[in-house]
Amino acid sequence: MPTRILEVRRGLLKKNDELARALRLRFEEAGVFVVNLVSGPGSGKTALLEQTLSLFHGRLRTAALVGDLATENDARRLARSGAPVRQITTGTVCHLDAEMTERALKGWDLAGLDVLFIENVGNLVCPSSYDLGEAVRAVLFSVTEGEDKPLKYPTIFNTADVVVLTKMDLSEAVGFDRETALRNIEAARPGVPVLETSVRGEPGIVGWLDWLSERKSTAGT
Amino acid sequence: MHESSIAVRLVEAALEAAPAASIRAVTVRVGELSGVAPEALHFAFDVARQGTPLERAALHIETSAVAVYCPACGSERATRLPELFRCPVCGRFPCDLVRGRELDLISLEVEEP
Repeated sequence: MPTRILEVRRGLLKKNDELARALRLRFEEAGVFVVNLVSGPGSGKTALLEQTLSLFHGRLRTAALVGDLATENDARRLARSGAPVRQITTGTVCHLDAEMTERALKGWDLAGLDVLFIENVGNLVCPSSYDLGEAVRAVLFSVTEGEDKPLKYPTIFNTADVVVLTKMDLSEAVGFDRETALRNIEAARPGVPVLETSVRGEPGIVGWLDWLSERKSTAGT
Repeated sequence: MHESSIAVRLVEAALEAAPAASIRAVTVRVGELSGVAPEALHFAFDVARQGTPLERAALHIETSAVAVYCPACGSERATRLPELFRCPVCGRFPCDLVRGRELDLISLEVEEP
């Protein structure tokens, strides 16, 4: 049977992108600043978020959505800060998408929030493709992971609005080569701001909190 | 392995584009910076097409290398890690990404009615 070629030319993530665009509009209208935290498993997303929520407590109205394949452990940890927290368990899905995010927001009064954090599933590959409607995407990178992470996973680093170096207090113990790490981040995402943090001891997370507050006011939310 | 979600979307997109046609082949373009691995997409597509009208359709994947435009010397060139954003001609850094993020359904080969 003869065949013909039918041109289609459409993005495979179009549905997610459209839904994310609608979510972004909703977030902007509600005046809530949304931060999507992505990283490999174990780089300290929950620890950073725990401290961020505690330190913002009383100053900003914060909330968190947290994605994991299974367990509600992270939600329980984060809820101790007093902020409203919802767990999204994805089952076998290795990332959050705009639809899961929208579903998890049902019944939440977004206008009553200043900042909403979305802690993505720990994975340095899949979450890079899915826009959740966030205002900023923060990629975490711990000093224990190896300086070449940005070269091994350029896609996720290339979509970052900010790179947060975590566990800086361990740099000496693990022989972290800061210059090389910064050079590799710059190669994957030229010009991206890099914040050095630690939830235990110096340098703390003040730089991260300040960066968030500044971005939030520039975003007008 | 988000290629399984992508493969499901691919089957849906193909059926939406040609609901009544008999589809012989599907061509997609996958950029090197798209975060999708072609081998994994082939594997996931084999699973996703089961029980759909695409059960026998072939999948062709065109990969698209990262390429940048250099605002200094005006050249447009493919680049490689670790210097994705450095102009291979004049060395300027950073240059603008022009290709490499694609994840698109390009065309379908359908049987003539």
